[in-house]
Amino acid sequence: MNRLLATKVLAPGTILLEVEAAGIAARCKAGQFVILRPTAHSERIPLTIVDADRNRGVITLVVQAAGKTTQTIASLADGDLILDVLGPLGEPTRVEKVGHVLGVAGGIGVAALLPVIRAMQAAGNKGTALCGARSQRSIILRGEIESSTSESAWATEDGSFGFHGNVVELMQAWYQAQYSPPDLVHLVGPVRMMQAAAEVTRDWQVPTVASLNPIMIDGIGMCGGCRVAVGGVTRFACVEGPEFDAHQVDFEDLARRNRAYSQQERQALLRHECKLPGAIPTPGSVAPQHLGSLTRHAAKT
Amino acid sequence: MKQTVKRNPKAPRQRPGLLPMETRLACHDEVCQGLTLEQVETEALRCLNCKHAACVDACPLHVDIKGFIASLTEGDLMTAFQSITRSNPFPGICGRVCQHEVFCEKACLLGKKREPVAIGLLERFVADHQPSPSGPMEHARRLPEGPRVALVGSGPASLMAAYELNRLGYRVTVFEALHRLGGVLSYGIPPFRLPPDVIEGEIARLDQLGVEFATNFLVGNTATIDELFDQGYKAVFLGAGAGLPYLLKIPGENLVGVYTANEFLTRTNLMRAYDFPVEGTPVIVGNRTIVIGGGNSALDAARWARRFGSETTVVFRRGRAELRARAEEVELAEQEGVRFEFLAAPVRFLGDAEGRIREVECIRMRLDKPDGSGRPSPVPIAASEYRIPVDTAIVAVGQAPNPTLQRATPQLLTRNGRIVVDELGKTNLPGVYAGGDVVRGGSTVVLAMLDGHAAALAIDRALRCEPGHGKAIAEQPEEKQR
Ligand SMILES: Cc1cc2nc3c(=O)[nH]c(=O)nc-3n(C[C@H](O)[C@H](O)[C@H](O)COP(=O)(O)OP(=O)(O)OC[C@H]3O[C@@H](n4cnc5c(N)ncnc54)[C@H](O)[C@@H]3O)c2cc1C
Ligand SMILES: Cc1cc2nc3c(=O)[nH]c(=O)nc-3n(C[C@H](O)[C@H](O)[C@H](O)COP(=O)(O)OP(=O)(O)OC[C@H]3O[C@@H](n4cnc5c(N)ncnc54)[C@H](O)[C@@H]3O)c2cc1C
Ligand code: SF4
Ligand code: SF4
Ligand code: FES
Repeated sequence: MNRLLATKVLAPGTILLEVEAAGIAARCKAGQFVILRPTAHSERIPLTIVDADRNRGVITLVVQAAGKTTQTIASLADGDLILDVLGPLGEPTRVEKVGHVLGVAGGIGVAALLPVIRAMQAAGNKGTALCGARSQRSIILRGEIESSTSESAWATEDGSFGFHGNVVELMQAWYQAQYSPPDLVHLVGPVRMMQAAAEVTRDWQVPTVASLNPIMIDGIGMCGGCRVAVGGVTRFACVEGPEFDAHQVDFEDLARRNRAYSQQERQALLRHECKLPGAIPTPGSVAPQHLGSLTRHAAKT
Repeated sequence: MKQTVKRNPKAPRQRPGLLPMETRLACHDEVCQGLTLEQVETEALRCLNCKHAACVDACPLHVDIKGFIASLTEGDLMTAFQSITRSNPFPGICGRVCQHEVFCEKACLLGKKREPVAIGLLERFVADHQPSPSGPMEHARRLPEGPRVALVGSGPASLMAAYELNRLGYRVTVFEALHRLGGVLSYGIPPFRLPPDVIEGEIARLDQLGVEFATNFLVGNTATIDELFDQGYKAVFLGAGAGLPYLLKIPGENLVGVYTANEFLTRTNLMRAYDFPVEGTPVIVGNRTIVIGGGNSALDAARWARRFGSETTVVFRRGRAELRARAEEVELAEQEGVRFEFLAAPVRFLGDAEGRIREVECIRMRLDKPDGSGRPSPVPIAASEYRIPVDTAIVAVGQAPNPTLQRATPQLLTRNGRIVVDELGKTNLPGVYAGGDVVRGGSTVVLAMLDGHAAALAIDRALRCEPGHGKAIAEQPEEKQR
């Protein structure tokens, strides 16, 4: 059990959590993640370690309340205990001095980019961060990104802040203004964003790494649920990744696999929201109680 | 007031009650109900109390089978329990899932002419009805104070090593990566074969003896082996199991609806997806399920699929005789409506526009000369492909040792992913021992326990020779050796 020390709302639905985890804080590196299970009935879900304070024994996570588990996490209060936290998992980012590193992030991916671009900058690279958000309201960690990079810019889809458009368009506009291409690109964000950005950097002929976000269960290489196709080879993202050569990743495959449970996710969320304080359960909206009949609960395709 | 018992070897071998078919598929309760007291009386009296008990030799742990059955015939459950737990502190687990038909029962003298004594069922009965359900075992030692030993993984190998080291006077910590203890017993074997409270109960006894458990701790990542030594552990046992699932490497394997048995079983057993959405983790089981393989995992997955109401076919590339799953399980699976298709293998999975599996293409096989495993090798028959419509496919074609430890510890000597050990269970790293599936590849519960036991004795010997540790562990429990 790990204590949640502090929480902070970064944007509507996006929460920063400081979690007591001395062992993980002491040894995690940029690019690694934890598997977290907030309560006894929750899924195990992966969350990037955004920051770690060795002296205090604390790790920082940033979670976007997207579905049942992330909402459960977002609703925890300071001082609450988190049932299970396992980590640090995954291969750390390969941090080398290559020259100019461009980080491109969308949505919650901005939080995941932060430790990577920091480590890149600390290794003597010039770090640039291009970040995307839906609107000004949903921008997160702007100050942290600015102070950890040589250069940064934002794109908002509604044009309420920075560049008007998505982050891939920002990336292309940014490139126009460069004298020379970056030496390495790091992508993290929604699958479609990474897919489009990888196509762009393929044209640029710049080595590109994508931090993939497949569905995970154990996170220790035992189930194969996180498998991704990279260069025609099946790789387990939780132990061999989550970072892979973006030009080799089969993003269509990843997008399909991440959609596999959309129906069940909606069902779980609906049930969860009905139980939240303040929610008014409407007749029939609550899932039937478990009556020992498995077939009724088995998710049918 | 010992009475002379009247043996009755001619009585028929007693059959356990089974959950009636009407309820069996509508729940995940244990199918095998075990023997009743009356049946146990009859069954125990079948034992010949052989002078030279071959059954004891054949049990890898050398459980005093003859002795505990003799106690049963006298109605002395307490003594029976202590006889078993002298060498096996997990009779509830072993009585259910140990492959007694290839070990103790195979050697049973009565089996030469009649059916062997139902040793597994008797062992289970003692475990389920022992007089002090939470009390520690006589041979155990509480709260030892000797040197510390780290056990990696909480499967049968480490659990056995923990028990043995504890009674030899060591302070042990079991490190488990998952949130639940038990290894395959918990995440792989379904509750209808091995209920979680049986596992929890037998682990709780270790807990009472002072064995420490640390879950959510991936050795290699959360701390390396070297760091465990730095923290004061004097020896490390690696019982990390064989959890890395093999894939078929055929087209369409990444389609939605294609699971490895490990993912399917982890979702269903460990994460209790059968109770979705009360439990957060879903599993998708369509109307028609195909399971590929012929071992325990295949059967367990198929029997789960039936409980989700799916028409289920197990496709196995060899024949019935080559099934690796236990005959008992095959019989129960067939009762439950699992179909078997022998001498066939999938060549590709076909999906719809959304990437969900819809069909599997199989090819017929024939058996040829024995291969390396000694079993007839399956050979595809040209142009015999055919298709089966399916909504869910579960690939259960074996597992390799878990890769995490080896990735984090490249200096550890391995062969084909398996950790290499000498006859004492020692790896090439000083003070580091290994056993169970991480050394053997896929094997069985009782052999994993045997390895844990052997490594515990080897660790004891090594640490005792080391100056400075001798004193702490000088005092030995009397019945240390069997
Ligand atoms: C290595 C890794 C690191 C991650 N780091 C973070 C992080 O730092 N912060 C964070 O908020 N999220 C992160 N994610 C994604 C996070 O794990 C998922 O959002 C979470 O599992 C959703 O669970 P849920 O029950 O709340 O939502 P669900 O009900 O399972 O899903 C809700 C919505 O989220 C989408 N979704 C489901 N799984 C994923 C996934 N793996 N990736 C992206 N979208 C998904 C679904 O399509 C759906 O639209 C990471 C994922 C990986 C693999
Ligand atoms: C589905 C299935 C059914 C089976 N049924 C039977 C049966 O009926 N009878 C029988 O005799 N055998 C059966 N077997 C085989 C038997 O379960 C195994 O041989 C046995 O469990 C091996 O024990 P083990 O202790 O070596 O490892 P495991 O039981 O695999 O346990 C290893 C544990 O180590 C943990 N771990 C791995 N790496 C690390 C790490 N780095 N740090 C911390 N923890 C780690 C894992 O999470 C796991 O919990 C079955 C196997 C499967 C898969
Ligand atoms: S442990 Fe296995 S082999 Fe030994 S007596 Fe029990 S069932 Fe038989
Ligand atoms: S071999 Fe069979 S009959 Fe003989 S003691 Fe063992 S169980 Fe009894
Ligand atoms: S999440 Fe199970 S293997 Fe990666």
